[in-house]
Order: sequence, then structure tokens, then C-alpha cells
Amino acid sequence: MLEIEIDGKKLTVPQGSTVMDAAHSVGTYIPHFCYHKKLSIAANCRMCLVEVEKAPKPLPACATPVTDGMKVHTHSDMAKKAQAGVMEFLLINHPLDCPICDQGGECQLQDLAVGYGNSSSRYQEEKRSVVGKDMGPLVSAEEMSRCIHCTRCVRFTEEIGGFQEIGMANRSEFSEIMPYLGKTVNSEISGNVIDLCPVGALTSKPFRYSTRAWELSRRKSVSPHDGLGSNLVVQVKSNEVMRVLPLENEAINECWIADRDRFSYEGLNSAERLQKPMIKFDGKWHETDWETALAYVVKGLNGVSADHGKDAIGFLTSPHSTTEELYLAQKLARAFGVNNIDYRLRRSDFSADAAQQGAQWLGSSIAELTAAKSILVVGSTQRKEQPLLASHLRQAVKKGSALNVIHVAGDTLLTAVNAKLIVSPLALVNALAQVLKAVVEIKSAQTAVDLAAVVVGAEAQAIAASLTGAESAAIVLGNVAQHHPAFAQLLKLAQEISALTGARFGLLAEAANSTGAELVGALPHRAAFGAAATAGLNAAAMIAAPRKAYFLLNTEVEFDSYNPQAAVAAMKQAATVIALTAYKGAGLLDYADVLLPIAPFSETAGSFVNMEGKLQSFNGVVRPLGETRPAWKVLRVLGNMLGLTGFEQNSAEEVRAELLAKGSIESAFNNALGDVAINAAVTTGLVRIGEVPLYQADAICRRAQSLQQTADATAPVARAHSSLLARLNVAAGKEGLLRQGSGELKVLVEADDSLPADTVRLATAHPLTVGLGGMFDSIELTQG
Amino acid sequence: MAVFVNGVIFDGIDTSAQDCWKLEAYVARGGYQALRRIIESKMAQEDVIAEVKNSGLRGRGGAGFPTGLKWSFMPRSFPGDKYVVCNTDEGEPGTFKDRDILRFNPHALIEGMIIAGYAMGTKAGYNYIHGEIFEEYELFEAALDEARQAGFLGNNILGSDFSFDLFAHHGYGAYICGEETALLESLEGKKGQPRFKPPFPASFGLYGKPTTINNTESFASVPFIIRDGAAKFLEAGKPNNGGTKLFSVSGHVNRPGNYEIPLGTPFSVLLEMAGGMRDGKKLKAVIPGGSSAPILPGDVMMQCTMDYDSIAKAGSMLGSGAVIVMNEDVCMVKALERLAYFYHEESCGQCTPCREGTGWLYKVIHRIAQGEGRPGDLELLDSVGNNMAGRTICALADAAVFPVRSFTKHFRNEFEYLIEHKKPLVDHKWC
Ligand SMILES: Cc1cc2nc3c(=O)[nH]c(=O)nc-3n(C[C@H](O)[C@H](O)[C@H](O)COP(=O)(O)O)c2cc1C
Ligand code: SF4
Ligand code: SF4
Ligand code: FES
Repeated sequence: MLEIEIDGKKLTVPQGSTVMDAAHSVGTYIPHFCYHKKLSIAANCRMCLVEVEKAPKPLPACATPVTDGMKVHTHSDMAKKAQAGVMEFLLINHPLDCPICDQGGECQLQDLAVGYGNSSSRYQEEKRSVVGKDMGPLVSAEEMSRCIHCTRCVRFTEEIGGFQEIGMANRSEFSEIMPYLGKTVNSEISGNVIDLCPVGALTSKPFRYSTRAWELSRRKSVSPHDGLGSNLVVQVKSNEVMRVLPLENEAINECWIADRDRFSYEGLNSAERLQKPMIKFDGKWHETDWETALAYVVKGLNGVSADHGKDAIGFLTSPHSTTEELYLAQKLARAFGVNNIDYRLRRSDFSADAAQQGAQWLGSSIAELTAAKSILVVGSTQRKEQPLLASHLRQAVKKGSALNVIHVAGDTLLTAVNAKLIVSPLALVNALAQVLKAVVEIKSAQTAVDLAAVVVGAEAQAIAASLTGAESAAIVLGNVAQHHPAFAQLLKLAQEISALTGARFGLLAEAANSTGAELVGALPHRAAFGAAATAGLNAAAMIAAPRKAYFLLNTEVEFDSYNPQAAVAAMKQAATVIALTAYKGAGLLDYADVLLPIAPFSETAGSFVNMEGKLQSFNGVVRPLGETRPAWKVLRVLGNMLGLTGFEQNSAEEVRAELLAKGSIESAFNNALGDVAINAAVTTGLVRIGEVPLYQADAICRRAQSLQQTADATAPVARAHSSLLARLNVAAGKEGLLRQGSGELKVLVEADDSLPADTVRLATAHPLTVGLGGMFDSIELTQG
Repeated sequence: MAVFVNGVIFDGIDTSAQDCWKLEAYVARGGYQALRRIIESKMAQEDVIAEVKNSGLRGRGGAGFPTGLKWSFMPRSFPGDKYVVCNTDEGEPGTFKDRDILRFNPHALIEGMIIAGYAMGTKAGYNYIHGEIFEEYELFEAALDEARQAGFLGNNILGSDFSFDLFAHHGYGAYICGEETALLESLEGKKGQPRFKPPFPASFGLYGKPTTINNTESFASVPFIIRDGAAKFLEAGKPNNGGTKLFSVSGHVNRPGNYEIPLGTPFSVLLEMAGGMRDGKKLKAVIPGGSSAPILPGDVMMQCTMDYDSIAKAGSMLGSGAVIVMNEDVCMVKALERLAYFYHEESCGQCTPCREGTGWLYKVIHRIAQGEGRPGDLELLDSVGNNMAGRTICALADAAVFPVRSFTKHFRNEFEYLIEHKKPLVDHKWC
């Protein structure tokens, strides 16, 4: 520990602290621009100059290491003069057009200029003007004359984003912040540079000029997209969500959010929002009142149940719904006598349901995952599934963790990867079995799994060595693994490896509330907290053996299902499709016959349980739009109208309290499976790699216009290895014909030699590809 | 045309001979004897460093830091990679000595760097060569080839277990890449911008490894020191100012060029060597150490000897040894305008005071030179300069301020006259 005195206050700080760290620890504010606690130290703005006794000149607090006995003055004459001098320099070429600047009211330069600047300028020369840059649809860099060259944006893209997409070109006062020539900024977490930019140089393109910062109220919320559970500040004006910012939570999102968390709010204000209940009759849609619509639903459910029995009804729910909604949905289904309920619409393998022993989750906290010295990520297109978690993993690598990957595509992760096994989906089980076999050999251990025919390759060997050699390890299964037709085997293999290595193992929860859905038992085989349930049909079975009635909670099955072709067909043949939805999407308008407008996360109280099992509750930030109602209320009323008991809750909090009284969250999780047969043999054939595009994952982001203009939202293209294209006689760069089941599609084909042989990578969950079949099923490709 | 007198680096060189740069010629002049002796006698690393220390050699790149002391900072026993790097980025206006070392005696630099590598336990070195000199770069590559072929570079040098290789890197001509940490960034393939120090290169240098950076002339002096002994080098100069030094004399003299003379030689003698003032004009002022050094009036200079201490006492610095001589026909406002323009262009732009201040200084001086000066401009220049100097990451901001301070101090009347009368006191003659 070192002793230091700041403005007369004595304190001790750990070795390696800077003067800025020390000042922060006693709440002394030192003005700064370039310094940011999560970025490397640039020491270029010079705003933080302070007087250090015995130093002949003022020193930058952010970069000056504390030495024992140091005496610092942050407000002495020397310090104040130095700070005022720097402020003068910052302002001489600054446009000072605050009244028309979008940052006005939340500008660090404006704030500090008041405290540290002069009221008149000694600079009488011409001011510099800098032409605006095009950074893409999210980040506006129109007003670059306002840039103060702090390089926070540059350091962010390099250090947190993983790839320096923004740089400072040229020299001297001609230095300019810009993206690569002719390129936009495409990082999936790019919006953070808007928060980092201390001035109005980088602003939010969707938000800018829509309102003034001081007219907004700030409300806390939780991101409804991926399973990380990023904390949000939602900013609201006149009952409309105007902007979303990160709420700092060091254990989850630190001070960042992904672009999906930040810009999806545009979807909340989409013209496609359903504002009144609607019923389809005479082949046409009619707006109606709630009473009529609810009566229609009750009649439909009672009718089907009377004519065909309760088993003819299926409940398909969304892991983007709140815990309270999912809880009530399964309660409603079961109370009504329907056991067919599931939230796992994109899963294709349910064979381990009977072997499941608890709610599935990450298997550790996020902090424990990123602190693990060896991490194996199986079947995850990380940056597009969990963009911010992918960045956390990059930081983990920087701090010395070894990142190992088993996946179906060799996308760059923008970080060093220790070992990487890229195989066809048909060989994914084999790949993980190789690792298990190598671990067994390294440990001279036993396993019940039959691995005789498995041949361990060099990469699997390296992964096994990494897992066994590290003092802490973790194995996580991503979306691709969870959607994979052999998910149960993958999870079981992870469990076997974990048993031998001590590694933690679990799932990277796909959606904001996948883990919550597990907990509340929105599942055909488990009720809340694992309570026994009369077995019902899982999501796939409800589609494979079509039901007479479907009850859809917050889902568009054409985008949310493993096999959209089959799902839509099932909907179309049903007698009634009841949809509780925030949007009147084209698909629902086609196959549903009643639409009940329910509130998205921003308009209801509720909670999400993130991948690490943390329940985070939130309140609505705006009133429900039009006649929209929170889904928990709709479900409760339906319970009443169906004559069921236990639907008297008066608030989302009451629903949550009822749920939480049923068990303890901490003890509800268990990823271990009972017996699962492993078949590590590799079958051959041409299969599809059908991932969900970043901005197609849920109903809200699908309707966020700005996100839909990003590079990540470009129309799907079929990619395949050039050797496959040659064998099939299909030309790259031209349209080819893709066929799955009864669906076919002409789409641009491109060669991609980073893909395994015998795979065609073509996104699912996109309007263009909804006619096709299963995400990882076989596919045909011809020139057509 | 370069002229050399009594040098250690240019000792015995006939610069008019086509092949004077070649290995054969260098060996004939006694080259590589120092390296041979070190290796054959298995001289201890600390003894090599002690010899350099005792010679009183001070860094020839501008700051004059004792070279032996710098070498001793290197963590010699650090097990990982370590580097020696030579700074031939020579970009300071007025300085053109390192170029002549590459042109006429590249092997002295190569031998000096090998010895440095030996003394500091490094296996690799780089020479960063200014981007605007092309023939010298190619010639240096050719000299490296010769040295490699002769077994002075590479594995097991002269049959010993000491291995060292040396690589040339051709820069792109930015002045700031002469600042040692910007040089390292540039060498790593990044934008040439100085790093904040600490950490210093001795602990965190090239690719984050311990690194020692010296100027071309500093390295090239080492073979002599080892071969002929520290004492002989020291004796050539004066105490605390060991050795001879290259002076690049430019401006209104009859014979501009490089002069390698003992430190402590009177300026008047150097001026005479350079053929005296051209056309018999009067000496007005001298910048004694490159454009960053404060200017001194001619009469003050005539009392100085050419060494670190004497020039410092007179209020300037010996710097890189670039002596810019100005006659009575120079308008000091115009001269300063040109220098201010240089620093404005060459600031790397990362620090606020330098990025904004160099532009501000230039614009005000330019305005004065155009006859648009205002009362208060000189005080403004002074104040802006004070807000820049000592408040930035590297010394470029200081280098930009020194000329402004010294010009407006020693020749204030010319500035005041121009501001007041809207026309210059001295009718500037270009020549
Ligand atoms: C703006 C600036 C430019 C510099 N340019 C050079 C240069 O061109 N050549 C050089 O040797 N040193 C230059 N230096 C000094 C170097 O940073 C460094 O001190 C020197 O290379 C060390 O070598 P020495 O100890 O042998 O002098 C420059 C310094 C600054 C601040
Ligand atoms: S654009 Fe903003 S964040 Fe980037 S350097 Fe300029 S002021 Fe800093
Ligand atoms: S002082 Fe000037 S040249 Fe040096 S680092 Fe700062 S901006 Fe760059
Ligand atoms: S905050 Fe310290 S120099 Fe910018």
C-alpha cells in the first residue's frame, strides 16, 4: 500500500494506482475527457493536469502512478491554471454551437467549460471545420468539428469491440476521427461509442434531434433480447421510449450494452404495433373490444376442448416473455387441463427431457465463466448470439483465459483462440466426444460413454489439454448446440467432461428469459420449480402432430421455430390460433384468427431471469400503447373467464410472489442429465447451418428500422465451401436453388471456404427463408 | 559536399572515394577491430558499458543523455526478447549528419549496434531510417548484407556463441517518428504517435520488450571508444562533454556541410571552417542545435564554444548539432513563421495543447508577418506557449515553443515594429 495526500486528505492506495484512481477512491473529482475506467490510458486530453509536490510541472492524474508519500493538489494555482489552459485549447476550434448540438445538456465539454473555462475567447483566428463521416445507420459522425480527439471511440473499438474500426487519421490539428475509408462501423456493440464520446461528435443516428436530453425521464429496465440480462436506462418522453442507454452493472453488462439492446426500442414504436384486439371472420380482420375478443378466445378454447379434447390444444410461448407471464401461461394451460406447453420452439431435440434433473442454466455466474482459465464454447456463433458476452470473453482472453471453440463455422471471434474444431453439424457430437476421449486419456480415467470408435484429432487434444491443465474451466453450449438435433448428447458429453475435469458446464441462455421459462416450467414435462407435471407434447411434437387449437404467447412461429415450414403448416390447419402479441405481423395475420394486444417489456412490470439465474425485475417505463394490456393481466382474466381458480393476482408483483413461494431459485438449477445414449458416429450428407440473424432474434428487434439497415441485417445469402459448389456444379456469385421439404428458394450463393465441407449456411428466422425447413436438417442445393 | 576534420567517425575517410562506405574500406580503416576484440577477449558486458560510460559520450539525438548510463538501465538478464534500436529518423530542420554516416560510413553504425547488442544481451536490432532519404537506405541494406556475409551479423558471430541480427526499416518521413516512442510505434506498424512515459522503453519498448534507443551518431561513436579507449575519446572533447561531434552547418556560410570536431571548439573556429559568412555579410543570429533549440544572437554565439555546457549556459541547447547561421538580411518574423509552420504540420495531434497550440502559434505569427498583427499578440504568443510547454506527452510541444520564446525575446523589436507599422523592419532577402 502507498500513502498519498490529495488536497490535504490522507489515504492509502494499492501499488500500481494512478493519481486518478486515488482521487476517485476519496470522491475527489478531477476533470477529464480521455480517461475512462474501462479503456487503456491515452493521457492525451490533458484535462486532468494536477500539481504534484516536487514535480516541476503539472502532471496528468490519469497516467501518473502514485508514489509513496506523494502530495497532490487538484485545485492549487498551478493545477487550476493548467486545467484552464487545456480547456481554452479545447474550445478554440470547437464550434460552440451548443444550442443546436444534439449533445447539449449532456456534454462533458459543456459541463467542464462552465467550471474550468473563461467566458470570452482569446482566439481570433478562423476555426477549423471537419467534414462529417459515414459510420453507418447507428452512429452519426456528421458533426466531426466537435470532436476533441480524446480517442475514446478509437480505443473502444480496438479494446472492447475487438477490432479497430475507428481510427485517428492525419496529424496535428488536421487529425480526424474516421472509420476505414468507404467502410461503416459494423461492430455489434458499436453504439457504446456514442456514450463514450464526451461531446456531440458521435451521436445516435436514430435518436438525434428528436428531443432534448433534459426533456427525458430516466427509468430502469432490463434488456429483453439475449440471455445476458443487460441492465438498461430507458429514456421516455410523452409516453414514448426515445432512447435506451446502459445502466451500469459490473457483474452483467459492466457499462456497455449491445446495439440490439440499445436500438431495438425503435421496434416499440413500430407502425406494426397491435393497438386493439382483432378477430378474423368472413376472411377479414376486424378490430374489436377486449370483451368480445376474450369471449371469442374462451369460446374457441372451450369449443375445441369439447369437440376434440384438451390434448388438441397447444401452448407455444416465448422465452422473451416475462417470468410472470410464462408462469401464468403454464398455470392457465395446466389448470385448464392442457399439458402441451413449451417455450423451446427452436429446439429440435427433446430426448433428454426425461433425464433432466433441474432447470437448465449457465452453470455458474457470468463472472465465474469469464474468470475461468480455460473456456470451451460449443456450438455458438458468439458475436451474433450474445454480442456483449462475446466481448466479455475477449476480455477474459486478454486477462489470460484460453478460449477454445467447437463450432460449425469458423467465424472470426476478434480474439486469440487457443484451439478450434470446426465441423459439420453432423460431426458436432463426434467433435465433443473426441475431447471427452482425450480427457479420459489425459486423466487415465473411465467413462461410461462408448468412445471406442472415436479418433482424437489434434485440436480436440489441445482443447482437452487446455481444460484439464487449467485451474478453473467452463464448458458452455451456445444457440447452435441448443438447436442442434443432438442437443441432449452434447449436453451429456459436456457433463461427462465436467465430471473428469471439474469444469463448470451449462447453457448460454438464448433469450432474455429462457432461464426463467425453465424455472416456471413453461415445459411439457416439468412445472414450476420442477414440480411434477402430467406429460404433454413438446414444441416439436405439437407441430409434428398438429393440434386443433394453438395458444401463442408472444411468438411468431415462422421466425421462432426450428422448422418454420412445418410450424406455419400446423398453424394453418388449426381450427383456431389465438395470439397474444404486441405486433400484427404478416405471419400472424395470415394464420391466426384472434390477436390480443399485449405489452412489450417496456409497458409492463415483470422480471427476466438471466443466464446465470439472476432474477431481475422491472417496471413498465411507459403506459401500454392504445388498448394494449400487460400479458399477465390478460392471462389472469382468461383464467377467470375459463372458470379456473388461482387467478386473483392484482399485480405482476403478486404473480411473482406466488411463483417464488414455490421454491428457491438457487437450488432449482441443475444441468446434470440422467442416462442419455451417445452416438458419436459421424453420418454424412449435406446439411443446413441455419442460424438466427442477430437482428431477427425477437419480435422487437425485427421491427427496429435502424438495426434493419445494418450490415448484420442484409438479406441472407447461401454460403458453401467452394469444393462443394464445384461438386454440385453450382456457380458462386449467382442465384442457386435451395430445397428443404416442400419449400424451395432461389437465393444468391457464395463460396466460403471457412465452412466445413457438406454444409450450406443459410439463415433462418428471416422473411426470405421462412418457406424452408429445419435449421440443421438436410438441404438440397442445385443451380436451379 | 561534406567536410570532416579530426573526426572519430569520419577518421581517415576520403568521402570522394566511391567505395569508402564498403566493408573492405572500413576494415582497412581499422573497422570491426573493436568487435573482434570484445568477442575474442570475451569482454564482460558490464565492462563494455563501463567503457562507454567513461568516454563521456552523450546522446547525439538531441537530449544529450549519457549513453553508457542509458545502456546500464537495460535489464540485461531479462530472459525474453530485448532490442536495440537506432534512430536515423533525422527530421529536425537543419540536421543532416546521420544521413552522411549512412552514406559514407554505415559499418561504423553497424559495428556500434552489434557492440550495443552484445553489451545489453539482445539478439536483434533495428535501424529506423527517415522516409525521405532513399539512396542511403538502400546503401545501408547493402552494408548489412556485407556484414552478414562476413559473419559480423547472424548466428555465432565470429565463431562465438553471440548471435545478433540487424534490420533496416524505412520510415515515411514524419518528424514525430524521430521521437523514440513514436518511432517504436511506427516500427510496430502502427501510427507514429509518442507513448506516454512511464513506462520507459528500457522496460516497455518495442513490442513491449526492453529496448534501448540511440541516435545514429551515438552508436557510430562506440567502435572508436572500444578500439582506442574511453580516455582517448574523452580527451578529444572536454570534461562532461566527451569526444568529437558532428555539426551540420547550414545557412549563410560559404561552405555549408558536416564538420566533425572536438566538443569545446569555439564557434568562431567552426564558422571559419565553414568558410565564414557568405558575401561578407554580418552574422545576425545562430540556432546552435537544430530548429528546436532557442536562437541566439550572433555576438552571444561568438563567445560560445561548441559543447553542451557552453551552449546551455548561453540559453540554448546543443541539441542535434545543427548549426543554422543567419545573416543581417533575415527578417526574424519570417524565419519564425517558417519554423512555426513546421511544428504546426508535424505535431502528431494527440495532445490537446500541442494539437491546438501549434496551430494557434502559427496562425498568430503568420498574421503578424502579413502585417495584420494586433497589440497584445506577443503577450498572447507567450501565454499560449506557456500553456503548451511541459504539458504534453512528448517534447515536440516544447520544441515548438522554444523558437517562439527565443525569437520574440532576442528580436522583439522586429516583431513590435511589424505589428505597429504593418511592414517589416528588415527587408527579408531570400537567397
Ligand atoms: C519531436 C522529437 C523529434 C526527435 N527526432 C529525433 C531524430 O530525428 N533523431 C534522433 O536521434 N533523436 C530524435 N529525438 C530524440 C529521441 O527521442 C531520443 O531521445 C534519441 O533518439 C535518443 O538517442 P541518444 O540518446 O543517442 O541521443 C527526437 C525527439 C523529439 C521529442
Ligand atoms: S469522436 Fe468523440 S470519442 Fe471519438 S475522439 Fe472525438 S471526441 Fe473523442
Ligand atoms: S506533444 Fe505533440 S507531437 Fe508530442 S505527443 Fe503530444 S501532440 Fe504528439
Ligand atoms: S484524462 Fe488525463 S490526460 Fe485526458
